[in-house]
Amino acid sequence: MSEAHIQKIPQADPAANEPEITPAIVAEHGFTEEEYARVLRALNRTPTMTELGVYSVMWSEHCSYKSSRVWLKQLPTTGPQVICGPGENAGIVDIGNGLAAVFKMESHNHPSFIEPYQGAATGVGGIMRDVFTMGARPIANLNALRFGAPEHEKTRHLVEGVVSGIGGYGNCFGVPTVGGEVEFDPAYNGNILVNAMCVGLADADNIFYAAASGIGNPVVYVGSKTGRDGIHGATMASAEFDDDSQEKRPTVQVGDPFTEKLLLEACLELMAEDDIVAIQDMGAAGLTSSAVEMAGKGNVGIELILDDVPVREDAMTAYEMLLSESQERMLMVLKPGREDAARAIFEKWQLDFAVIGTITDTGRMAVYHQGVLVADLPLDSLNDDAPLYERPYEFTVPPAPFDTANAPAPANAAQTLVQMVGSPALSSRRWIYEQYDHTIMADTLQRPGGDAGVVRVHNTNTALAVTVDVTPRYCKADPKEGGKQAVVETWRNLTATGAKPLAITDCMNFGNPQRPEIMGQFAGCILGMKEACEALDYPVVSGNVSLYNETNGTGILPTPGIGGIGLIDDARIYARMDGVKDGDDLILIGDEQGYLGQSLYLRDVLKLDLDKEGGAPPPVDLAAERRNGDFVRGLIATGRLSACHDLSDGGLYVAIAELCMASKIGAAFTLPKGIAAHAALFGEDQGRYIVALPASLTANALQAAEKAGVTARQLGTAGGDQLTGDGLDPISVSTLSEAHEGWFPTYMDATH
Amino acid sequence: MKAAVVLFPGSNCDRDTLVALERITGQKPAQVWHTQTDLPPADLVVLPGGFTYGDYLRAGAMAARSPVMAAVKKRAADGAYVLGICNGFQMLTETGLLPGALMRNAGLKFICKDVHLSVERNDTPFTRKYATGKPIRIPIAHHDGNYFTDDDTLARLEGEGRVAFRYVTKDGAPNEAANPNGSRGNIAGIYSDDMRVLGMMPHPERLIEPGLGGSDGRPLFEGLMEALS
Repeated sequence: MSEAHIQKIPQADPAANEPEITPAIVAEHGFTEEEYARVLRALNRTPTMTELGVYSVMWSEHCSYKSSRVWLKQLPTTGPQVICGPGENAGIVDIGNGLAAVFKMESHNHPSFIEPYQGAATGVGGIMRDVFTMGARPIANLNALRFGAPEHEKTRHLVEGVVSGIGGYGNCFGVPTVGGEVEFDPAYNGNILVNAMCVGLADADNIFYAAASGIGNPVVYVGSKTGRDGIHGATMASAEFDDDSQEKRPTVQVGDPFTEKLLLEACLELMAEDDIVAIQDMGAAGLTSSAVEMAGKGNVGIELILDDVPVREDAMTAYEMLLSESQERMLMVLKPGREDAARAIFEKWQLDFAVIGTITDTGRMAVYHQGVLVADLPLDSLNDDAPLYERPYEFTVPPAPFDTANAPAPANAAQTLVQMVGSPALSSRRWIYEQYDHTIMADTLQRPGGDAGVVRVHNTNTALAVTVDVTPRYCKADPKEGGKQAVVETWRNLTATGAKPLAITDCMNFGNPQRPEIMGQFAGCILGMKEACEALDYPVVSGNVSLYNETNGTGILPTPGIGGIGLIDDARIYARMDGVKDGDDLILIGDEQGYLGQSLYLRDVLKLDLDKEGGAPPPVDLAAERRNGDFVRGLIATGRLSACHDLSDGGLYVAIAELCMASKIGAAFTLPKGIAAHAALFGEDQGRYIVALPASLTANALQAAEKAGVTARQLGTAGGDQLTGDGLDPISVSTLSEAHEGWFPTYMDATH
Repeated sequence: MKAAVVLFPGSNCDRDTLVALERITGQKPAQVWHTQTDLPPADLVVLPGGFTYGDYLRAGAMAARSPVMAAVKKRAADGAYVLGICNGFQMLTETGLLPGALMRNAGLKFICKDVHLSVERNDTPFTRKYATGKPIRIPIAHHDGNYFTDDDTLARLEGEGRVAFRYVTKDGAPNEAANPNGSRGNIAGIYSDDMRVLGMMPHPERLIEPGLGGSDGRPLFEGLMEALS
């Protein structure tokens, strides 16, 4: 297009019957008065409807991080292993052999609550697209799910829909889902959390970024056609729910995993050629955000001709095409003259391919529809003028440490253990993970159910360990300790497989940031995460923020989900939970305090109100954490351990039971002196592991621990088919397993 | 042995199958795209798992009518060996190369787990490296693996020794507890009447080395290699 066009004033879309911009329409688009004033200042005129729509999605919380950015900036994001930190589609770390792991976790909470199958499915689709946009083939998926109380009327339906949606998408696409976590809490009754993580594998020297360049280069649209689905999804994700939220169903997108698979193969095929300048998937805010981000990052301009956008519905307006969140679409900038070669690849995969614009030098996004300029917006304003809020925050005042005297001992600890391993919190997740294909790609070493998923890096001797963790009840009681704990728990789970933890992605799920106590939770968690990341040289390389997780003013538990990945240098040497052998010794690594604050024992057994009576969460000693973890990793590297398991929810007794159930063997163990038995059994002291090893190696291992300054004691011996301990009723491992495996299927099979 | 693997746009076990074949036979199999109307010379044609064209219609129904399947049918008629795994088994029943149908799992859910299988006979190129009477352990991963056929056909399959694999317990019992998907007769795989076409729901290509937790899938490819070389 010519200069003359650019200087024109944008007009109403000829395809739409556009209303006048009124204060009501501005408010409907989620703008505050002050925000709209900024728009007027940037344009020096009233925006067209199309322009108003573009501004509203770009400045939504979801796209602009306007409430969270000031805090996110504090997180450490660098390290020798980091190839690409936050700000791109996903984070990237070096994993040796000329390869890179590309990964990110993202939320799809609001859509999944409204339409669980499609919401969860498109969450998986979106995160995989983020990963393969950068040139990586997805090799492992994980998910972190949080539902309301099991007895809540919606929970069963939501579990059913979300799990089949995740499976439906990932199974068809063909990526193993190797790990995850699931939790039930009434705080999520009206606002579930569906966080999906994807890890991909790329050549370290063939990574693709979003920054556009090359004036005159063609802008190409590929993938599915555009429909009217998902319009204003990003805005929905940036608002609270109320009783009318079901009316937002039309803003939920519909996923097509088959098309996504075609898109992956076509993109990877094209990426093997030297044709792409920049590429960005169309996720939240669709064509708008991909065009604005690509041009903005490249400090260029972009011109779009919407008449050339492949559509699947008649008479779509510019507003609709720009804001549609139809799935399985990508925007690319190609090198000049490469259109035909690229088109041939996409046609082979039977995908749409259309040149829909050009890179310009204007610093603006100009959009034409039916020959009329319908939007002409300065990119720096769209990208950078978004108001940055330093929202008022009130830090949570951490409660006093919990006094064990306030927690009575159970009548029969062994029976309590059976109850706990068969509870919603600790029962086996087999019902879920058997619905996910976790053996496809034939590289899965550790399937779901271990401390972390482990997948071999194809055609190498290395493997990646992957995990997602957070303990929201800790974060609620003390956001800073909870944030710290979430990071170290991933680090510990990776370490328990023998992996060297490399980096994390975060998925920050919180309530309404306009409430100072919620902002305080957010800020507290960030500060704790920062401390842990720094102490463990474990940077954040990608992430996602999901705010306004509230329904009718009730917020969720603060849930900073952390996804960690670690590298196993020799795929033959890693640790599992299921290898304990008859006669093995069990060694407990780490300090035993018997601290019961915020434990599952208090919540699920004593049924205390954790907010009022739960005390502070268990403190995290980062130096001890690192020392203990490094020591355990060293032991695993000797290749002589039978098994390893970290201690977390439920404490020591649950951890031993888990080892016994996984290995189908009994064990006898002793309790420490000077700590009340139930506190030693159920306290959730941090930084601990159990390792199982041939008895002949025990003395050496204990000596090595002492030398390393690591607390360790011989915990007991494996053998028989019962779990026994000091003063505890013996309990058969099969009884434990029955309870452990029973809860989920029984719950899901029950009818109201 | 020359093998050819047929690729559909939605195949997703194609790489695993290619890797298993290459690792065990030492030869790279030929790859055949779904639009091709003839096959390269091959002793064995493999239809790998996946979702062919998305399988939004019945699994394998569209694939059965694709250009390449006409060629596969012709090659089968000419006496080549054909192996269909998972989605490949579904394609074989949809094309009529094998009788019966794979319906939605009885529990209506996708199931991914290791199952035990009995090897019903070990005098075919597919199973010659297995021992009968000793269950093998191989993963399944499917939503539509519930094998159904009418009584007469079932009786014929049984009578002609055309059941290749059955879901059994660890100890070899073909009972209901061992049946993951509701298949009639606990059937996990069947042969054509000339014993040259095998369709099976479990994925032997996923367990071919101890490092992955088992290698019971390996003898299937080793047997083919031995018999067809």
